[in-house]
Amino acid sequence: MKVSLFITCMVDSIFPQVGVSMTKILQSLGCEVLFPSSQTCCGQPAFNSGYSKEARSVAISMINAFQESDVIVSPSGSCVGMIRHFYPELFSDSPEWHEKALSLANRTYEFSQFLIQILKVETLGARFPYTVTYHPSCHGSRLLGIEDEPIRLLKQVEELQLIELPYAQDCCGFGGTFAVKMSEISGAMVEEKTSHVLESGASVLVGTDMGCLMNIGGRLSRKGSNVRVMHLAELLYEGRQLAKGVDAQ
Amino acid sequence: MKHANSTSHLSVKERAKNAVQDEFLRNAVRFTTDRLRNRKQAVTESFGQWEVWRERGEQIRAHTIANLDAYLAQFIERLEAVGVHVHFAVDSSEATDAVLSIIQSKKARKVVKSKSMVSEEIHINQHLEANGITVVETDLGEYIIQLAKETPSHIIIPSIHKSREQIRDLFENAGATQLTTETRDLTAFARRTLRSEFLSAEIGITGCNFGIAETGSVVLFTNEGNADMVMNLPPTHIVLMGMERILPTLADLEVMAHLLPKSATGQNVITYMSMLTGPKRSADRDGATEMHVVILDNGRSRQLGDEQFQAVLHCIRCGACLNVCPVYRHMGGHAYGSVYPGPIGAVLSPLLEKGEQYSDLPYASSLCGACFEACPVRIPLHDMLVQHRQKLVASGHGNPSERMAFKGYENIFAKPGRYRLSIKMARKFLSPLAKEGKIRSSFGPLAGWTKSRDFPMLPKQSFREIWPSLKRE
Repeated sequence: MKVSLFITCMVDSIFPQVGVSMTKILQSLGCEVLFPSSQTCCGQPAFNSGYSKEARSVAISMINAFQESDVIVSPSGSCVGMIRHFYPELFSDSPEWHEKALSLANRTYEFSQFLIQILKVETLGARFPYTVTYHPSCHGSRLLGIEDEPIRLLKQVEELQLIELPYAQDCCGFGGTFAVKMSEISGAMVEEKTSHVLESGASVLVGTDMGCLMNIGGRLSRKGSNVRVMHLAELLYEGRQLAKGVDAQ
Repeated sequence: MKHANSTSHLSVKERAKNAVQDEFLRNAVRFTTDRLRNRKQAVTESFGQWEVWRERGEQIRAHTIANLDAYLAQFIERLEAVGVHVHFAVDSSEATDAVLSIIQSKKARKVVKSKSMVSEEIHINQHLEANGITVVETDLGEYIIQLAKETPSHIIIPSIHKSREQIRDLFENAGATQLTTETRDLTAFARRTLRSEFLSAEIGITGCNFGIAETGSVVLFTNEGNADMVMNLPPTHIVLMGMERILPTLADLEVMAHLLPKSATGQNVITYMSMLTGPKRSADRDGATEMHVVILDNGRSRQLGDEQFQAVLHCIRCGACLNVCPVYRHMGGHAYGSVYPGPIGAVLSPLLEKGEQYSDLPYASSLCGACFEACPVRIPLHDMLVQHRQKLVASGHGNPSERMAFKGYENIFAKPGRYRLSIKMARKFLSPLAKEGKIRSSFGPLAGWTKSRDFPMLPKQSFREIWPSLKRE
């Protein structure tokens, strides 16, 4: 299967190792992985702040970037949620672009959903001998409908001990520009989230959205915690390398 | 609709900043909202088919509001047929004037009230007190708030921000002696005190949870039984209701009787569901001999026909969205600066009140969507919050520096070449600020972030720079 990566601006610029891990997992599952290089950002920062015109321009460049792609996979439930739910709405006044937006929406998948729903993969042959807790990001779960896909993938990892995160469903306080605009409330939210992470006793926090993980990880780092924060793709890739006896790092 | 507390000149960001410092407030709100949402979860799980009930609730409310003119006309006709005086108020001053003139025509001096958000919205107490009328709140939470000279901070639990100790002190100031902080002692004092008020008041004012169009009935959901006293003991009963509070039939009420208490407080059934159809008839043993219903518009009809916001009128005021909102959790209700706090308040307040007073409330959300998930009638509050922001930007009232920032964002992110260049520039710009791969120094737009969190330094190579090596494998 030909799979095009929508890597997201955040993974591209700040967390490239997430993209590398995802690429290697998809390649090992027999996918031909492509990277349309004119992609940028899903447009969510502008859209969520009310700047639909600006979000539209960015969405147009994204629709063009993936015009030739059969299937698009992304390491972010939030960005995929944006494409699936809001791209068609953004172009409700233009039948031509609405059609194109719908087509992109129908071809775009979040990483864990793609593995489970499309590739029908549950077992990746990974080993990860650590205690892990999982934060379900709001947009991934509530907007896109990620349910237990990440949990199913984690449960098949050998020696991984999954610990429930207290108040897991509560927002971490990222919310894109919210974190800067309403920084005091956002700070209080991430403080509570990190206290639950520490309370869980897990040595690794895993998630499916780097925005939330950058927020939670940034707070953990400020608190001097040594809990490791990882994207699901990183954990699975590192787990596969461990199972093979190769040091992923 | 302005809040009586004196912080409304501040922005919601400033009010939030102050509220976050108040550990006591945050603990009180966390404690109670946790209890409410846990109880709700337990009760809806054991009830079963919750999503089906929500859909049914949404259908009923959407149908009613889409045909509000017809159902409202039917309701008014039925009310008048059973002997109720109906008053329609376009805005809050018409509503308060209507109430005042009823009271003055009776030469009444004392009013007892049960809980009503519409009465808060029109600030009826201030208005009546300014005209020399004594108003006594008889809902326990509202009574506490009245003694504290504050406003409610939650639409179901008005005194959610008050502790037992604070309540005891307020009651002692009101004449109690040697009170403990036990619930039983505190409520016993309120009962004793309020009993004589019920018996001496000439007017009773209640709200209205639902008005049934087919029967002309006013339906009230309460837990303390105080509303039954308020509507039955004084000779005159005045009902204050928002014009959207209509349900077509009693069969629709059955659905709401499941949705409302389960969502609001996690109760399977409400303690008292009182249905009142007209004033006392000659054969009745008790009841008010005269009944008035004041129906308030106050900005509601402006939402009719609005594709984006009409659904805000579906709200049944259960407060479930407040109980799950992480922003409400950390700043409480008063920081919203509006009578209606929480996600519903952030959507509703700027709609009911024209002008810019509440225009910053839609930004008090991380758009996590917990409000929509909790809403028993499936109002897409998280979408409406974004639509509010779009409206503000489209009207040209957005923050000018933000406008420039997003213009810049568009110029970079809609042009792949500029985007690639900008990553390199950001790396160069940020690198002097980083120590051991972390940015802690607060500068420019990142200041809010770095106050409580580290920001990661951009790596030497972006994914797209690494990509050629991955592709070859």
